[in-house]
Formats: sequence, C-alpha cells, structure tokens
Amino acid sequence: MEQSYLLTYLLAVPIIGSLLLLFINKEKAQTIKYVGLIVSLIAFIISLIIYFDFNNQSGDFQFVHKFNWITDLNISYHVGIDGLSMLLILLTTFLTPLTLISSWSGIKNKVKEFTFFMLFLELGMLGVFSSLDMFLFYVFWEAMLIPMYFIIGIWGGERRIYASIKFFIYTMAGSLLMLVAIIWLCVYSADLLGGFTTNLLDLYKTGPTIDTTIQGFLFLAFALSFAIKVPLFPFHTWLPDAHVEAPTAGSVILAGVLLKMGTYGFLRFNLPLFPQASIDYAGFISVLAVIGIIYGALVAMVQTDMKKLVAYSSVSHLGFVMLGIFALNQEAVQGAVIQMVNHGLSTGALFLLVGMIYERTHTRKIADYGGIAKIVPFFSFALLFTSLSSIGLPGLNGFVGEFLILTGAFKSTVLGSWWFTIFASTGVIFAAVYLLWMYKKVAFGEVTNPNMNSVTDLNFREKLVLIPIFIFIVWIGIYPSTFLKVSEKSSEKVIEQVLNPAIINLE
Amino acid sequence: MIYINEVYNIIPLIIIGGGIVVSILIELYSKSGKSILPWFSFILFLAAGFYSLLTVENQSIVFQNMLSTGGITNIFYFIFNIGAALVCLLSIDYTKKYGINYGEYYILIQNSVLGMMLMAGAKSLFMIFIGLEVMSVCFYVLAGVNRKKDKAIEASLKYFLLGAFATGFLVYGIALIYGSAQTTSIDAITAGFPEYSSNIIFLVGILLFLIGFSFKIAAFPFHMWVPDVYEGAPTTVTGLFSTIGKAAAFAAIIATLTALFSGESTSMFLPYLAVLSIFSMLFGSIVAIAQSNIKRMLAYSSISHAGYILIGLASGTPVGVAGVVFYLAVYTFMNLAAFGIIALIEGENDANLEINSYSGLGTKSPVLAALLAIIMFSLAGLPPLAGFFAKYYVFIAAIKSGLTWLAILGIISSVISVYFYLRIVVLMYFKEAEGEVIPAKSFSGFFGVAISVIMVILLGIIPGSLLDLITSFL
Repeated sequence: MEQSYLLTYLLAVPIIGSLLLLFINKEKAQTIKYVGLIVSLIAFIISLIIYFDFNNQSGDFQFVHKFNWITDLNISYHVGIDGLSMLLILLTTFLTPLTLISSWSGIKNKVKEFTFFMLFLELGMLGVFSSLDMFLFYVFWEAMLIPMYFIIGIWGGERRIYASIKFFIYTMAGSLLMLVAIIWLCVYSADLLGGFTTNLLDLYKTGPTIDTTIQGFLFLAFALSFAIKVPLFPFHTWLPDAHVEAPTAGSVILAGVLLKMGTYGFLRFNLPLFPQASIDYAGFISVLAVIGIIYGALVAMVQTDMKKLVAYSSVSHLGFVMLGIFALNQEAVQGAVIQMVNHGLSTGALFLLVGMIYERTHTRKIADYGGIAKIVPFFSFALLFTSLSSIGLPGLNGFVGEFLILTGAFKSTVLGSWWFTIFASTGVIFAAVYLLWMYKKVAFGEVTNPNMNSVTDLNFREKLVLIPIFIFIVWIGIYPSTFLKVSEKSSEKVIEQVLNPAIINLE
Repeated sequence: MIYINEVYNIIPLIIIGGGIVVSILIELYSKSGKSILPWFSFILFLAAGFYSLLTVENQSIVFQNMLSTGGITNIFYFIFNIGAALVCLLSIDYTKKYGINYGEYYILIQNSVLGMMLMAGAKSLFMIFIGLEVMSVCFYVLAGVNRKKDKAIEASLKYFLLGAFATGFLVYGIALIYGSAQTTSIDAITAGFPEYSSNIIFLVGILLFLIGFSFKIAAFPFHMWVPDVYEGAPTTVTGLFSTIGKAAAFAAIIATLTALFSGESTSMFLPYLAVLSIFSMLFGSIVAIAQSNIKRMLAYSSISHAGYILIGLASGTPVGVAGVVFYLAVYTFMNLAAFGIIALIEGENDANLEINSYSGLGTKSPVLAALLAIIMFSLAGLPPLAGFFAKYYVFIAAIKSGLTWLAILGIISSVISVYFYLRIVVLMYFKEAEGEVIPAKSFSGFFGVAISVIMVILLGIIPGSLLDLITSFL
C-alpha cells in the first residue's frame, strides 16, 4: 500500500514543539505561550488538510504509514485513520489550541512545564486515535497518563495530589490487565498467522475465532480498561475528583477528549476483535450505561459545586454514548460517534465557562452566585447556550446525538427491549432539570452576594475561545450530515465486523 | 593444551585482569594514584565492554571446557563493564565527599567485575563457584569501605555472614551434583540429565544450587540481608551490587539452566522459580510502600524486580531467557541512574536519605528532578521507557509458555508498585521544599546519571537494537 506521511507529520508536530520548548528560557512566559499556541495551531491545520483529503466513501483505513519498529516481535509503527478516528482527531486538534488560549492568564507558575505537558498530552491523544498496532496503541495509551497526572498534580486545586494519584492508579490498573489480554491475543494469533504480530488488521481476522469463553475474558479485560476511562458506572469514582481538582485546561481536555478514548476503544478494539462476546455482553454493558445515565443525572442534581455538577453530567452523557455503541446498529453507533463530539464541545465549553467565572470570583459554589445575568450578560448568555446544547435542545448539537442513540436503541435487535430507551430517555429530562436549575440559581434572581457586583464580563480572549465552539454547536445541530457522513462508512463496517465477522481460513 | 586463539578469545578477561595488576602498581608507586585510578578504571571498563561487544560473534569454548566466549556471555560482559564504568563515574565525587576515595575502592570494583565475568562465562560448576567468591568477597569489603560508619560495618558483616551461608548451600549443592553425576562440566550434566533426573540426590543438589543463587539475586524468602545492606553500604556500592551483581547471579543461573531448559526438565524447576517469582514481586512491592528511606525503598523495589526477572526464567524458553538478559541490561541502567541521583542528593552523615528530602526538588534542581522522574516512571513500567518494554517482553514469554496467571500476578504487583514510585514524583513536583537540600555539584556523577537515563529512553524507543542481538544467540 502507498505510504502517506501526513499522520506522521501530525504526530511529529507536538513532539518537535515540546522539544523546542525545552530550549526556551523559562522566564520568557509570553514566548512560551505563543510557541505552544502556534504549534497546536499547526497541528490543527495539518488535521484539516487530512480532513479535506479524507475519502468519505470508504470504510477502510486511510493515510496509512507503516514501517518496522521492533523486528524481533514484528511490532511496527503503523498509523492510519478511518471515519471514527477522523472526527476525534479533529476534536483533539481543535480543542488543544482553545484550551491553551483559555489558560493564558489562569496558569501563572511553571508556564513552560504546562505548555510542554499540554503538547505531550496532545501527542498521546492523537497517537491513541491513529494507532493501528496494538503495541503502539498501548504505548500512547499509557504514556498519556504522565502529562495528565502532572497537569492535575501541579496546577490543580487543594486535593490535587489525592486526585492525581487516584486518576493514575485507577487508569493504570485497568490498562495493565488489558496488556495481558493484548499479549494473550497476539500469542494466540501467532499460531494462526504463522508468526507473532501486533498488527491490528491481522488480529481483526483472528480475534473472532477465539473460543467463546476465552473471548468473554478477553472482552472483559479490554472492557475494564476502557470502562474506567469512559467512565462507565461503577468505575466512575475517579472522575469527579480528577475534574474538580484539575485546572480548567485539564478538565476541558479530560472531558473533551480523554474520556472519548474509552468509547473509541470499545468501537475500535472490543467490538471487532471479540464480536461474539460483544453481543453476549451488550445487554450487561447497556444496563450499566443506563444506570450511569440516571445515576449521573441524579447525583448532578444535588451538587452544590458547579464543576462537580458538570463532572457528573459527563457520567450521564457518556452513558448515552455507551448505550449507542452497544445497541449495535447503524443509527445508534452513528449517534454515539456524533455524541462523542457533542460532549467534547458542550461539556468542554461548560468547563471553560466555569473556569472563566472561577478566575474572577474564586468560588464554584452555586449558592455564592445569583442574579449575575445583569452583571455579566455575555457570560450568562454563553452559559445558557451551552447548557441548552448539553441538554439536547433541538437545533443544537446535543439533540442530534441523543435522538439517534435513542431511536437506534429502540430498534436494536441485539438489545431486544424497549426498556433501555425508556429509562435512558429520563436522562434527557433530568439533564434539563439539573442544568436549568443551576442556571436559574446562578444567573437569575436577586444579587445576593455583594462580591459579584465587581465581576467583569468575558474579555475578547475568552470570547475568542468560546465562539468557535458555539459555531460548531449550531452547525452540528442544524446540519449534522457534514460530520455524520465522515463516520458513516466506518460505523457500517464496525457493525458488519460484529454481526458477520470475517473468519480467517484456518488452513 | 592451550592454543593461542583461546587466549585471543578471552581478551576481555585479560584486559580486566591485567588492569587489576596495573592498578595495584599505580596505587603502590604513584602519589596521585587516587586521582588516576577512577579514570583508569573507567577507561578499562569501557575498553573491555566495547571489545566484548565487537567480538560478540566469536563463539567458542576454551580451556578444556571451562569457559565459553562470545554470544550471550559477551553480552553479559558488556553489561557488567558498562555498569561498572558508570559506577566509577558516579563514585569519583561521592567517595571524596565521604572520605573513602581509597585506591582499593576501584581495584575492588575491578576485581568484582572479573568475578562476574567468570560467572557469566562459566562452563563448569567450579568456575561458577570461583567467580562467585571473587565477586562476593569484593562486595563484602566494598560494603564496609566506609569504616568510620557503624551502619556500613553492620552492612558489611551482615552481607558477609549471610553471603557465606548462601555459599554454603551452593557448595553443598555442587558437591551433591558432583556426587551423582561424577562431573562438574555443565555440558556433561546437561547431556546426562534424563538419566540423573530420577536420582533424588542430584535433584536436591540442583535445588540447593538454586537456593544459593536465590540469595544473590535477592529473591524472597532469601532477601533478609537486602534492605540493611543496601541502606548501610555507600550508595554507589549499593548501585554496583544491586545492578550488575544481581545480573551476574542471573547470568550464572542462565549458564547452568538454559542448557537444561532445552529438554523436558523445565517443568521440574518451574514451580520453584514461579513461587519465588510471585512472592518476590508481591512482597517487594507491598513492603516498599511502607518505607521512608529511599535506599530501603529501592532495596524492596529490587526484590520485586528480581521477581519480574524470574518470570522470564520460569517460562523456561529462549524467549524468556532473552527477556531476562534484556531486563537485566535495562535494570542496570535504571537502578544506576536512581542510585547515582541519590548519591548526588545525599549529604553528610546520611542526611537527605529520607524520601521527604525530595520535596520540592522539581523547583530547586529541575534537571535532576526530571531525570529521577523518568527513572521512577521507567521502574514503574510506563511506556515508552525501557522498563515497560522489559516487562512486556517477560510477560510475552510467560504467556507463550501458558503462564498467563503468572503474568497477571506480575501486573498486580506492578500496579501496587506504581504507588511508591509515584510518591517520589509527587514529592518532587507537587510539594513545597521542606529542608535545605542542595545537590552536590559533580560533573562526572551527573554525566553518569545522564548517560544511564539516555540509555533508558533509547532502549525504550528502539529496544530492537539490543534485543535482536540477544535473540540471535538463543
């Protein structure tokens, strides 16, 4: 196959950028911020070039670049993307520069280290979304923990050390079990393929031939790792801690992109590698997803801290994505993919807004606010707009994803029951309850807290961060086909791989 | 009959052996011997190390079936010599700080390396014994080289007594093996193994032999000496015997057992090695959490790493052995870097050895903190660092041999160990400084640490470079 270097260039940009940073004097904070921003913008431009070259009509991997890395174990540097990864890569490169701008004034100490870790993080995320080799994927998957750990631990809130260690150990515990499963799968496949390989495309052929019981174990080993990342109920307890303690930029990336690595993992690895087990466990995972939807929403309702409320709303929203994935039909999976992007945009924007107001008032308690609509009108508008998008108001992005997921789950033959949809739908109502409640308490009523009178409205830089996100929120709401058609063929292919796996000829 | 080409093949040994003689003369007759010897040893080790690497293809067996050369043996020679060269670099300023910059210090290191090389190349049980004793006696003395310090003398004595005890097991084992096989040649024993394996005396001999080495590799339950000795000995010396000393013991096990592995005998030793491995990993990781002294913490971490390495041996295949050799190389660089940094931070009278001394290091000396953080991540087994790949490889070996459960236990132990490795990183970066910790200004020490860290990164990104070399000889 013809090699394409575009993805490699995309991965190289953050590496070169972060190495460049090491040679800049740490006193020159302004220069460092600009270098970080420019590097992330270059990455965004390259991802746009990839997008415009991307062929929507094919479900195969494109822009493939492969060369031998560790010959002895037949491990290659092997990258390529399909429609699913295309959208998530765009989301990553889109959000990274925005978070860097948003933390322009919020991060005051150790700017150099912060920018370095943000670029390192971007590399990890892009690597996860583009790897076609299990070993390479695992390297990126684990390596990405390090920058996030530092971002929470150095620039986080009061309980940052607890939160960062919890985040690290939770994630690592899950992924190491996946490592054993990966090795087992590769060793098993070695007999069928005539040699040890970590090439995902080859493993796709051998995975479905595994005996059902063992397939179940492997499925669970992978699923545990991804479920912790998503996070699927009951593995979500690290998330509120990490979100609340992380600095704004960390929360945005965490909610916007990192959580999607889990759902992406289900789509890319669990479903095609273990089709039989996926069907067997679809009901079980969907039940957990629905519990997550309702539980997340109910817990969000009683939060007094805005950031924690948004964090629990993530648990609820990601439940929808998981339900969509395991409904295993075209509408639902497409809905799940678009919902991943939606959640990245709206929850990302919510975290940005909470961060922006926190920078001014140094409180996140809902009770400390009240009536700020008169004082900071643009902020209040932005908060309302984002909340509505998160609730799923028709015309904005959230509606498209949730609607597709719910119709898909309704029709799903794998789930075979209406109850999933019925219970999940309550999540939409609850979302309206907790977000509008919060909005009412924060923006309307009398100004109870005199400190609020001196708060200034959003400045130009902050508007610059929010407006691009708002454009996409409306765009997806009104004309989702632009994005849906990118992933259409790929999600068709994933479903095909699960329902009619192409069994390798064992001769 | 000794042929000239046999002599030609053992040039690495001759370099070190000749170097020892020259070093003694320098120490005896030169007034500036103290300042010449570190660099002389450094160059000596580099020469022997790289010469071994260049002649790695010259596989032969020399001196009436006593020593093997080339292949894995030479790869071990390379690991020992590079490790020892790094120890020399780390020692130069450290020994001055403690007033232990005697010439003997370096001569003893050279001697111990000679012993290690004899162990790695041994083709006879006697050779192994001689090598082990040459190495161990040097270690006993080195552990107590700071003779003004009580803890060092305690460490030295403890190491000596328990080491001698272990040697007793070893010699008794060799005697029983000889008694039942009438030979000490490893090849002859291997060839006759199916015949002897029904002989209970022979099997007890092998078991005692393995127990003797279990002491040296610091595996549970033969680890009691490790924390005290690691803590009491000078930090650079601890670096020496926790890395290449351990590698030498593994080399001797490999030299004896790999040949046996090719037969059906594997299953006979597997339970022993697997049990040792499980307990070492879990015990080391769990107890390390409770340590507040960084040298003791690394001592327990070293017990747990012995467990991971044993996974490779327990899998009993060439893949496993390759994993062991690779792991030992990586571990040498990781631990030397860690002890090198400790040596730089350490103050007078054991000051700054508590892990709390590392608080705020990220602000005070960012480069050193970053290097230590990289090492901690590598010891914890995070990609893309070499520590991860080493673990990955032994886990592959285990799963290939059907020991998936052993790999899972290894994983559990890794997760536990993340906690105490990360604690150092937490202190360095997330906490404010407590005391006045000023790292020593030592160019050579820093240089040694930097090289080790670079190797850890390089072996993580391109492990194939070393791995292909190892697997080509198995």
